[in-house]
Amino acid sequence: MAQRTVTVASRVGLHARPAMIFTQAVAESGVPVTIAREGGEPVDAGSILFVMGLGVPHGEAVTLAADGPDADRVLDELVTLLATDLDAPEAGAPAAGATP
Amino acid sequence: MTPAVQSPTVLRGVGVGRRGVVGPVAQVRPAPHVAADAPLLVDGVPADAATAHTRVEQAFTDVAVGLRDQAGRASGTVADVLAATAQMADDRALRAQVLAKVDAGEPVVSAVDGVVTMFATMFERAGGYLAERVTDLRSVRDRVVARVLDLPAPGVPELTEPSVVVARDLAPADTAALDLRHVLAIVTELGGPTGHTAIIAGQLGLPCVVRVSGVTDLADGTVVAVDAADGTVTTDPDDEQRAALVARAEVERTLAADTAPGGTSDGHLVALLANIGTAEDAERVGPTAVEGVGLFRTEVLFLERTTAPTVEEQTEVYERTLRALGDRKVVVRTLDAGADKPLAFATQPDEENPALGVRGFRLVRTNPDLIDTQLAALAAAQQATGARPWVMAPMIATPAEARDFAARARAQGLAQVGVMVEVPAAALRAREILAEVDFVSLGTNDLAQYAMATDRLRGELADLLDPWQPAVLDLVAATARAGLELGKPVGVCGESASDPVLALVLVGLGVTSLSMSAGAVPAVRYALRHHTAEQCRAMADAALVAGAAPEARAAVVALLHSSVRSTLGL
Repeated sequence: MAQRTVTVASRVGLHARPAMIFTQAVAESGVPVTIAREGGEPVDAGSILFVMGLGVPHGEAVTLAADGPDADRVLDELVTLLATDLDAPEAGAPAAGATP
Repeated sequence: MTPAVQSPTVLRGVGVGRRGVVGPVAQVRPAPHVAADAPLLVDGVPADAATAHTRVEQAFTDVAVGLRDQAGRASGTVADVLAATAQMADDRALRAQVLAKVDAGEPVVSAVDGVVTMFATMFERAGGYLAERVTDLRSVRDRVVARVLDLPAPGVPELTEPSVVVARDLAPADTAALDLRHVLAIVTELGGPTGHTAIIAGQLGLPCVVRVSGVTDLADGTVVAVDAADGTVTTDPDDEQRAALVARAEVERTLAADTAPGGTSDGHLVALLANIGTAEDAERVGPTAVEGVGLFRTEVLFLERTTAPTVEEQTEVYERTLRALGDRKVVVRTLDAGADKPLAFATQPDEENPALGVRGFRLVRTNPDLIDTQLAALAAAQQATGARPWVMAPMIATPAEARDFAARARAQGLAQVGVMVEVPAAALRAREILAEVDFVSLGTNDLAQYAMATDRLRGELADLLDPWQPAVLDLVAATARAGLELGKPVGVCGESASDPVLALVLVGLGVTSLSMSAGAVPAVRYALRHHTAEQCRAMADAALVAGAAPEARAAVVALLHSSVRSTLGL
């Protein structure tokens, strides 16, 4: 089981657009990944509902975990993503999840 | 058609905007009412678990695809919200958990309900943005259940004629499915004036009344008059009411057709701006023809809290506001708490005259962190957005206070710094105040309260608070004159700017921008467009020589272009 702990850089926290970009990246990786807040239960990191439901604010650390041969590579990519401010206008995928 | 014998019923709610229309009711179909253990029948026999699995999986896919298609046809915020709702329908955890229950033999409706309720509870507990998403989650649930059981899709009916769309509450997905060519108005039983439905109706320019109890009991086709200005829905309106709404709509259409920058008929430009209180307000006025925001009241961020909001919390709100207005002007007013707006963490206990006490910028004497935090947050939002917000402080009485505020704001890197002129002392010394800052903005409500020594909350003294009081106009004139001499902008952001007649006087006095509720802009723009700068000056002179407020107004009305008088019903 590979694990990484990373601080969420997006200013709005892991909500809305940042949550959408992150869960899409998890889904595209094809590797089952979990995400947990400190001391919390791990949940499916590919689920927008679970990830938003965690309500992770800006600046809080989360722990990602995965198994298998690709786990380290995928986790490293996801850590880079979370360490980026995904709410900046130029970040990530098209702005489908801009805060309504 | 049988003659209407019963008297019209008037249902009351909260209006959004000021337009009114008459049309037949079209009820949005509510969620399917099916028992949690309703059997899933295939060819008349209950389906086995494997068939149920396939049907449920297909239903989720169909709903997600349908929502994504709708998102593709929509634009702006509506498209964003639809895409987010589609992603919920596509969510792999939602789907996996429902399918696990179905595989275990649980009835499909109960399985979908159970999992959606689990997520909804989680969102509601988190509050804020997430709690607002629960409506979208429920709309996914309703669509999936209807799809699995082969029931008509819940939501908006197909509109065949211009109609008043009525719903218990409208999910953004429902709003997006509306054929806008046939929507006259939106009325909901639930929701609030700042909720999704109201925001979207505002963006679409539709009259909207929310929180109208009993409206979902009306039969389809019932003719109603919807008056957003009054917040009423009247069944079977009489001819008089119809005629009044038709006339109002005609005028509104004429006025709203002009979206050019505000100015006099001879090209003297006067920026017409909106007053707002929240980032949501900014997103609502963003698509309208206002030239920016002349007053962003930031109190909402601070009210009903036990501690001050953090830099991060404030920055997020300021960023959203600045982004909503793009490269247009935004004037942010720092916290104006005290008096009628007490704060748990800043208000002085036992003030005998709070309106004359430690309020507005004066809080710097007791809580300097409040203002410095606010300025830092605004500077961070400026940095993040590349916008150039203007900032001003309320309740400034002396040039020294203006200098202190300007130094604090400039130290944070804010370039356009101004102060409110609402204390008579500041109006009388406007030249010295303006020497310290880049602009001033007149708050005519407080200026009248302090000039006339009249509490704004005493209804029986309302005549003394009239902004047409010559003494108040003298103070405005003195301030505007100082601005003209120093070549610095002097705005008005009080209620007086929204009176199209008084707006002409303000412009005649030398005021350079007018900020008001966004709905008041078209009438002011229209009045300005039909007079020259010279005519505005003549009106200002006429108002200043009048002996009393009613005479001042009458003198100016007499000078109005006759077509303006009749269009505005003066």
